[in-house]
Amino acid sequence: MRKLALSDEILMKVEKPARYIGNEVNSVMKDPGKVDVRFAMCFPDVYEIGMSHLGIQIIYDMLNQFEDVWCERVYSPWVDLDAIMRKEQIPLFALESQQPIKQFDFLGITLQYEMCYTNILQVLDLSGIPLLAKDRTEDDPIVIGGGPCTYNPEPICDFFDLFYIGEGETQYRELIDLYKDAKEKNLGRAWFLEKAAKIPGIYVPSLYEVTYKEDGTIKERKTLTVDAPEMIMKEMVTDVSDTYYPMKPVVPFIKVTQDRVVLEIQRGCIRGCRFCQAGQLYRPVRERNLEFLKKYAIAMLENTGHEEISLSSLSSSDYSQLPELIDFLIEECSRRKINISLPSLRIDAFSLDVMNKVQDVKKSSLTFAPEAGSQRLRNVINKGLTEEVILNGAKLAFEGGWTRVKLYFMLGLPFETEEDIRGIGELSNKIAATFFETVPKEKRNGKVQIVASTSFFIPKPFTPFQWAPQCRKEEFLDKAYLTRKSITEQLNQKSIKYNWHEADVSVLEGIMARGDRKINQVILRAYKMGCMYDAWSEYYKNDVWMQAFEECSVDPDFYTVRERSEDETFPWDFIDCGVTKSFLLREWHRAKEETVTPNCRMQCQGCGAARFGTGVCLEEREG
Amino acid sequence: MKVRIKFSKEGPVKFIGHLDIMRYFQKAIRRADIDIAYSMGFNPHQIMSFASPLSVGHESSGEYFDIELNSMTDTEDIKNRLNEVMTDGIKIIKVAALDEGEGNAMASVAAADYLVRFSDKVTLPDDFKEKLTDYYEQEHIYVTKKTKKSEKEIDLKEGIYKLQVREDGVFMQLDAGSGSNLKPGFVLEHFFETIGVELPEFPFRIRRLETYRKTKKGKLMPLIS
Ligand code: SF4
Repeated sequence: MRKLALSDEILMKVEKPARYIGNEVNSVMKDPGKVDVRFAMCFPDVYEIGMSHLGIQIIYDMLNQFEDVWCERVYSPWVDLDAIMRKEQIPLFALESQQPIKQFDFLGITLQYEMCYTNILQVLDLSGIPLLAKDRTEDDPIVIGGGPCTYNPEPICDFFDLFYIGEGETQYRELIDLYKDAKEKNLGRAWFLEKAAKIPGIYVPSLYEVTYKEDGTIKERKTLTVDAPEMIMKEMVTDVSDTYYPMKPVVPFIKVTQDRVVLEIQRGCIRGCRFCQAGQLYRPVRERNLEFLKKYAIAMLENTGHEEISLSSLSSSDYSQLPELIDFLIEECSRRKINISLPSLRIDAFSLDVMNKVQDVKKSSLTFAPEAGSQRLRNVINKGLTEEVILNGAKLAFEGGWTRVKLYFMLGLPFETEEDIRGIGELSNKIAATFFETVPKEKRNGKVQIVASTSFFIPKPFTPFQWAPQCRKEEFLDKAYLTRKSITEQLNQKSIKYNWHEADVSVLEGIMARGDRKINQVILRAYKMGCMYDAWSEYYKNDVWMQAFEECSVDPDFYTVRERSEDETFPWDFIDCGVTKSFLLREWHRAKEETVTPNCRMQCQGCGAARFGTGVCLEEREG
Repeated sequence: MKVRIKFSKEGPVKFIGHLDIMRYFQKAIRRADIDIAYSMGFNPHQIMSFASPLSVGHESSGEYFDIELNSMTDTEDIKNRLNEVMTDGIKIIKVAALDEGEGNAMASVAAADYLVRFSDKVTLPDDFKEKLTDYYEQEHIYVTKKTKKSEKEIDLKEGIYKLQVREDGVFMQLDAGSGSNLKPGFVLEHFFETIGVELPEFPFRIRRLETYRKTKKGKLMPLIS
């Protein structure tokens, strides 16, 4: 039987010990003596969050298909175990072999949100790996960063040996072969990193130097070796129906956030909402073919035993063969008593019909994401959802028996006025009114309940809003109060509930998102002062963070409230995500003009992503 | 038709709690493609009943649950198919068809056998065996049991059916009926308290060996006999 890294006494003391024992169904065991490369794949948050992430499952499965590689998993130990490991000096270990991470060849960390940055340091620290890449020796694993946050890797570049920019399916084989070569010939870490920098998509931050102007913006980026490329082009899978996808995803013992089979139907999004980073990063849209999806859906259900399957994509309604796919799933799943969950569907007659078939209308709620309260502001953000469409959808839904509606909005969008904010209350009210108009008294089964939620807008790199100033905390809160006030003034206010997000953490997220290399020291400082699990509001310590900024003499406002000039060099400009800066700038201008831009299927906008020669860019358009 | 399944749980999987073990078997039954019956309604669930929850950290070689089937091959086939999809540490030992009208696993439980071993941190007195025998041979062993709401005096002796010091630990057969269930750790903690020995944290390693039902004549029989 496997020996665990933690003693029974420790495991009995901590919350949910099954987070740390490995051995889950479909986890991969190999003989360490028979592989050349040991790879630890990390999601720097607690197990239940990390295990719910599809990207890791894809890479885990792919790397383990390589016979010479054993890929294992590691997550952030929860705060209770973290304290014990520090006190008793127990090194962080991988779940499968239960062996220390420090002995591995690679530690790959996926960066899905900025608020996990201190947890990167936690993982390195508990592993006994020097926090700064420059202090690492031949005894340390190569630390790789991947995931959406690597599209601006600069705020965390001191902690990583290299970043893999883009989709993971394409370049790992080459990277591993290079590593094996270096290891065999004893060429050392520096040699490996220099050569790795020439692999497409690989960014080795130590090979570059950045200088700044007096005003704090970037003056120049210099490469320190002749070979290091000046621009890094994102990696992308061109044929998403002929690539790695797990047939046998790992099945956790404990309940995790995503406790179901996840079927990724497409990558990318045709819509081009101006606030959305994913919508730009993953261009162009690439659909997986129906046969591929059918085959994987069945295999994954059979191999996991999950009782639910969920479709995943940025906008499932845009998948061109959705009706065929859903018919297939409904048939297969009703026979097998499997639930189908369909997030990100646009509400219309088709989707209501589908939802009526797959869920309990009484228990489920409808979700609309207008994102902005007025049509004017929706035009600014290029969210092509009109009030008419929303009210029609709601009407149809109320007729179908639904009574609960969730609405998502953002506050603090560029060019927002008080009028737009009041629109949130007004729109919520109109939806409630639609219920009373649509459903006669005697047919009402329960009250109508509208839940409006707002989050604070954070400008992200590689979006048309990357030039935009972000609100201060006080402005955010004023906007939330105004929203609340406008809701309480509505006729149907009793049917409307309002939730809003915390403001402190949105400000910090904004700093990280558009930060430069100067942020590294602040993160390090905050971590040393005890910050960790910043994504968990109960552990987020805003005062400590602010103190860290002060002690490092870094001004948070520089990263947030400032409007960036159109000719400013951004920290992330050396990355090419396919979409050009000139396209983004054009979109920024159109936002100011409140002009809507058609989506990729209606008319190509020449965003730059056609270079990849795949997906929607190759589709024939009507007219 | 109903079948009763006996399984063991050993090694690291002992840290998986009862609810998660239920979820684990729901998924395993689907992986093994067993034709289990589902409840009606919008979110149908498998018809399944577990005998008695096992505490986190305990091992067992006598766990049971019942499932209802729509159709069935034979018990050996069900056992093999389930074993093919088990994870390390969980093993199906036996599968038996239940007679029509037999009570479900949970309602049937009357008693269980346990083997308790001590962690290295426990220092046993030299005359441990005598002391424990004396303890057990008392006519009554009164303790006050505190629940969330009340305190009540119970006689432990009534619930301890057997107690023996063995080479590898202490063997006990205890009442496991719903409502009168006695925990092995509770009994031993009380014993150490009466002899004035202080225990460290997590002093015991506990293994359930078997779970019993009571026959009409009052005899204890394993849930699958
Ligand atoms: S090149 Fe045209 S079709 Fe392709 S992603 Fe860009 S806008 Fe869409």
